Amino acid sequence: MLKRVLSSRLAVLVLLAAIIAVVPVLAPSSFYLRVAALVWIFALAALGLTILTGYAGQVSLGHAGFLGIGAYAVAVGPAKLGLDPLLSLLLGAVLCGLVAYAVGRPILRLKGYYLAIATLGFGLIVALVLTSESAVTGGPDGMQVPRMVLFGWRVSGVSTWYWITGGALLVGALLALNIQASPSGRALRALHDSEVAAAGVGVDVAKKKLAAFVLSAVFAGVAGSLLALMNGFITPDAAGFMHSIELVAMVIIGGLGSVVGAVVGAAFLVVLPQALTVLQEYEQAVLGLLIMVFMILLPAGIVPSLRRLLLERAA
Amino acid sequence: MTILQVEDLGITFGGLRAVDGVSFQVSLGEVFSIIGPNGAGKTTLFNLVTGIYRAGRGRIVLAGEDVTRVAPHLLVRRGMARTFQNLQIFFRMTALENVMVGNHLAERTSFLADLLSLPSVARQNVRTRARAMELLERVGLAHHADTTAGDLPYGVLKRLEIARALAADPKVLLLDEPAAGCNAVETEAIDRLIGQIARDGVAVVLIEHDMKLVMKISDRVLVLAHGRRLAEGPPRQVRSDPAVIAAYLGEHGAREADRAHG
Repeated sequence: MLKRVLSSRLAVLVLLAAIIAVVPVLAPSSFYLRVAALVWIFALAALGLTILTGYAGQVSLGHAGFLGIGAYAVAVGPAKLGLDPLLSLLLGAVLCGLVAYAVGRPILRLKGYYLAIATLGFGLIVALVLTSESAVTGGPDGMQVPRMVLFGWRVSGVSTWYWITGGALLVGALLALNIQASPSGRALRALHDSEVAAAGVGVDVAKKKLAAFVLSAVFAGVAGSLLALMNGFITPDAAGFMHSIELVAMVIIGGLGSVVGAVVGAAFLVVLPQALTVLQEYEQAVLGLLIMVFMILLPAGIVPSLRRLLLERAA
Repeated sequence: MTILQVEDLGITFGGLRAVDGVSFQVSLGEVFSIIGPNGAGKTTLFNLVTGIYRAGRGRIVLAGEDVTRVAPHLLVRRGMARTFQNLQIFFRMTALENVMVGNHLAERTSFLADLLSLPSVARQNVRTRARAMELLERVGLAHHADTTAGDLPYGVLKRLEIARALAADPKVLLLDEPAAGCNAVETEAIDRLIGQIARDGVAVVLIEHDMKLVMKISDRVLVLAHGRRLAEGPPRQVRSDPAVIAAYLGEHGAREADRAHG
């Protein structure tokens, strides 16, 4: 019974919606709302990796590259091409999907470490292009992102972006949960454990991996667009290597393959650095130590480990 | 009726002829066993037939069509499924989900439909689940349906692999040592299961080291040694073939066996 509730799609969505609804009530100032909105944005990007890495077992160390493409789409589109920001966001997502398709086809043949390094290279290239094409991107100094206008309404203010990002996260969580419980999701999880056996029952392994890669890139791209639109400013740092690593760390700390885990992992890596600023120069050291302690105590990731404890207690 | 025909199949690994010009054919409803000492090329032969290795020479004909160069995930479409010598189980999925993946070919929903969870996906899930449950019952594992495969014992997983392969509705089923590592009771269950599958009209190709099992359930036996065919025929005939005895026991053993038969 408890197991069924814990694994039901509706329960997960209701839980997330409740958390998103409650945070503004508890937040003492708009600063907290802003941090929470950042959590939702990074959680959305992490959900893409939940599908790619969590379900399908394929590592990407370059997903911030897609974050960067999405972010610059809503900056360059309106500023240089005169496109509508919402249209730019959609085009950015499509571009991420196309780039992922083109990049994924050759590199997804690689496995394990080799795939990790190939995706790392992809991320570095995106960051390099964003930095060096300064005529279009403003170079290392970054560029302003025009305010989004929806049907004559200027989208601004922390609380507005809080609800937009929270809504986007819910949609992303719904899609990730849909995939998990579908024939495609089963195929992805199967090839994670054994590609040869998955192919043996008719799973087109290369095609399924590519679909997961494209989808995860679109998730990261939309998250990047939201990040740029909310901040009103973007630098090539968004596509940087550290962000790629953070995204991977989020899904692993939260729990590989768990939708709630991706959100918890994002919260961990977005909120903790903010909370630890009181420690000043020790901030980074304490953050690193906490990551180590959590991985030692909850090796399967926070959410799956707690879930197992809960089920054992109930049994 | 002949369903699988293998002609002069061969592959070379770094100068070693792992499989060297092997031919055989299997009919629907028949249990055809491949035996031979370790290193004889049995699993390599399986990997050739199922498209995991690309044959250096020879031809594989499945249901009248040449499938020599067909990729593994397309072969199952034409009616060939297999199990693996070293378990290839989806350890993070439940027993039921493992068998549900076996039904992948019959699943018609697109990735986009799956993403949006269209009503067709829910209907497909219900069908797949029912079919998988049926197969779990057939191999006697229904009570393990919701257990994560990684938590199940080896003997159970051997049967789970068979159920998963059956979910693809094969005409030819290749079983690579289904009874290896199983106790007497589990072997007995697998013995009965194989008989049942063959009676349902499936051609079963079996690699197995348990000679008692092989001799009992096989219609015909192919003996391999050093990648070549040593003998082929009904179990009784193969068992008394001097060349087979020599391959298994060595020349000295063969003389001993001769003396014993005296």
